Amino acid sequence: MTTSLKAPEVVKQIQTRFPGAVTEVTDTALVVDSKSLVDVMSFLKDTAGLDFNYMTTVTAIDYFQYFEVVYNLVSMEHNHSLTVKTRVYGRDNPKLPSVVSLWRSADHQEREIYDLMGITFEGHPNMKRIVLWPEFRGHPQRKDYLK
Amino acid sequence: MTLRTEPFVLNMGPVHPSTHGVFRMRVTLDGEVVVNLEPVFGYLHRGIEKLAEERTYTGIVPLTDRLDYVASMTNNLAYCLAVEKLAGIKVPERAEYLRVIMSELQRIAAHLISIGSFFNDCGAYFTPFLYMFRERERIVDLLEMVSGQRLLYNYMRPGGVSQDIPEEFLPALKEALNQMPKYIDEYERLLKDNEILYARARGVGILPKEMAISIGASGPVLRGCGVKWDIRKVDPYSIYDRFEFDIPTGTQGDCYDRYRVRVEEMKQSLRIIEQAIKQIPAGSIRSDVPQLIRPPVGEAYAHLEAPTGELGFYLVSDGSIAPYRCHIRAPSLMNLTALRDMIVGWKVQDLILIFGSFAITMGEVDR
Amino acid sequence: MFAGLNNNPVSFPQAMPPDWPGNAWWHWVIFTVIILVFFLGSVIMFIYMERRVLAKMQARIGPNRVGPFGLLQAIADAVKVLMKEMVTPANADKIVYWLAPAITFAPVVMVLAVVPFADGALLADLNIGILYVLAISSLSSIGVFMAGWSSNNKYSLIGAMRMVAAVVSYEMPIVLALASVVLIAGSMSLNDIVIAQQSYPMLLMQPLAFLLMFIAGCAEINRSPFDLMEADSEIVAGFHTEYTGMKFALFYLAEYGEAVVMSSVIATVFLGGWQGPFLWPWLWFILKTFFVFFLMIWTRTTLPRVRIDQLMSLAWKFLFPLALINLIFTGIEVLTYPDGIPWYFIFANIAIGAILVLLWSRLYKVGGGRIAVG
Repeated sequence: MTTSLKAPEVVKQIQTRFPGAVTEVTDTALVVDSKSLVDVMSFLKDTAGLDFNYMTTVTAIDYFQYFEVVYNLVSMEHNHSLTVKTRVYGRDNPKLPSVVSLWRSADHQEREIYDLMGITFEGHPNMKRIVLWPEFRGHPQRKDYLK
Repeated sequence: MTLRTEPFVLNMGPVHPSTHGVFRMRVTLDGEVVVNLEPVFGYLHRGIEKLAEERTYTGIVPLTDRLDYVASMTNNLAYCLAVEKLAGIKVPERAEYLRVIMSELQRIAAHLISIGSFFNDCGAYFTPFLYMFRERERIVDLLEMVSGQRLLYNYMRPGGVSQDIPEEFLPALKEALNQMPKYIDEYERLLKDNEILYARARGVGILPKEMAISIGASGPVLRGCGVKWDIRKVDPYSIYDRFEFDIPTGTQGDCYDRYRVRVEEMKQSLRIIEQAIKQIPAGSIRSDVPQLIRPPVGEAYAHLEAPTGELGFYLVSDGSIAPYRCHIRAPSLMNLTALRDMIVGWKVQDLILIFGSFAITMGEVDR
Repeated sequence: MFAGLNNNPVSFPQAMPPDWPGNAWWHWVIFTVIILVFFLGSVIMFIYMERRVLAKMQARIGPNRVGPFGLLQAIADAVKVLMKEMVTPANADKIVYWLAPAITFAPVVMVLAVVPFADGALLADLNIGILYVLAISSLSSIGVFMAGWSSNNKYSLIGAMRMVAAVVSYEMPIVLALASVVLIAGSMSLNDIVIAQQSYPMLLMQPLAFLLMFIAGCAEINRSPFDLMEADSEIVAGFHTEYTGMKFALFYLAEYGEAVVMSSVIATVFLGGWQGPFLWPWLWFILKTFFVFFLMIWTRTTLPRVRIDQLMSLAWKFLFPLALINLIFTGIEVLTYPDGIPWYFIFANIAIGAILVLLWSRLYKVGGGRIAVG
């Protein structure tokens, strides 16, 4: 059974290394400040005892005030999982650092988020539309797309 | 004297006999050798995630059929698991068993197609493919008995399944189960130790273990590399913890290993179904779930082992009758991440073979 | 074509059997008609047979609606194909594009001129029959390459390139395998070769040559497992991707025509041609031709396709050396027994063939793997 790690315990470890990086904690998920996202992620990936070597999902949710990007991490070694979130404000040209350098599984998924939600991932090697054609205008997965 | 050659770009697809749907690969070739490859997705994008935001929780089930259209039972199940997790719905025992039987039958049917079309991509002119379709037909008949459909079953519901099995289903299933091992042996005799298949598939399209984990590969692609990772074992959903079965793995992650893993998985699926038939209890098939489910505000991620890999649904609820956000983790899309790394340097013919060994479905990649 | 030959019969001194009365042009006319009828008839039967046998081997039924047992299916298909619109790609090299089907098709029929249907019953009993077969049959690859080049399609080009490479490579083992038969028969005329098989078919005396000839023949005419020139799962349809209507029909005809020709040559050279008890000679010949084609269908349903580099290495590293060694052994046998090799050498030759194949398959390794790309 994949145990989902208690977020508050993981947060304690993160806080010692990166104070102030975690902005919000719930039981199952933690919200990371977008500026220190890559640092926290690489910490989660490389720290012994955490070893999140497998990233299942990246997705984004449009909450109007902000976009929430959700990362679902799994460690194959310890068989535990963790949900990490980050938020990006502004609707015109939201930007987030990319985690492709850590997990290549983010490659297609970040492109998809860019395509459908319009969040640019900086540092992504191939930030292009994936399912829609290059000339397409707008980002249909946004809640206000039809309005 | 060195011969000056000039690479040229070949657009394979979107309509091509071997792209398993509408998929395009911009291939740069130097003679027969692939020097660069760029996958182009999106020809089958229907915006299912967006459509789901407009529908009730029960109304999304038919949409999930259209993801991996050769394995719609497991798609249904993955979605229902996510809704049940989100809304805290309990599922009756009998329904759990029915779900397991159906999704394992579906796994066999989907693997039969994958292996068959893999051989087709090898150039074995339709013979294995048609033999496998013969048995797939029997499985589809069984699934038609319970759901009334032959491809897009729309069988499972949040809280159970849509209808109970008819009387003649279990005898027919038992008969099919008795004959399946014989048929699987027949496929094995056809091509398993064929010298040409060895030459074509062994050592071709190797996906290293580390890369497989990094790209988030799952299913037979991941297990072919020797990683023992099966959601049914590592995170048992439904009632998979009650059955005995093994996880077949490959050794070096080439095309041949992926094919072998699929064949062995079919055998394991037969084992699971046999155990499930013995244990299946009587009882209700659906718990009392309202037509319009209003889950509490929150989010849930549920995943399962689909024939192609880890299929996950990430649902966010705002308390209304429709999900606020429905994200689908498509295993085929992840598996294709390393396509370029695996194919560059091989020949055009290997390209088709390696691509075929992923057994992707474009309905799932593009959604 | 034959008018020119008629005016100038001296250049083909052996072409006329002695017992033809009167002027020889009757012979030309009748046999041209016979060959065309035989060619078209057996192409239609081959297509029907291939589809039915494939279907039976693949656990399905196959065409059974048009005519009795679906016998007229091929004709119905032909009518359909002929009524299709002719499409020429905008950027095609028009003249070459139009010429290619004819150039592919014509040599295929021409080969049949030297194949005997019964004793002496052939259009032209050339004393260089085998050489003629080899020379003419490889001409059609020019047409194929013209088609691949002029269609301005990359799939066509790849297919045509593969085709030319394969035909050039597989010509070698075919020539050497036939050469060892010619050594035993003592003649290049196909009719004489058949007569030389009076007591036993050449298959028994030259088992290895038959094997090499069959494999190389399959490759020469694009039959599976060497059908990668028109591999439908890889390069769509190879060189004839851009062809429609009548022009496509000609290619299709040529493809099956090559199968007819290759089967009839193998049947003539190795299976004793028209020789056989009880039945009419021509019926024996046709039965043997269909039997050889049945073997080709069998391999097609069973085997996956090889890769292009494996195809090449099979030709040059396996078939070619074996054919050479076989030729040397045959030469020694013929030198030792100039008046005819005793029948018990059948067993010796089968043993030599088996041992050579087994040993060589140990030594031989199929082609390369991944190529490092900068």
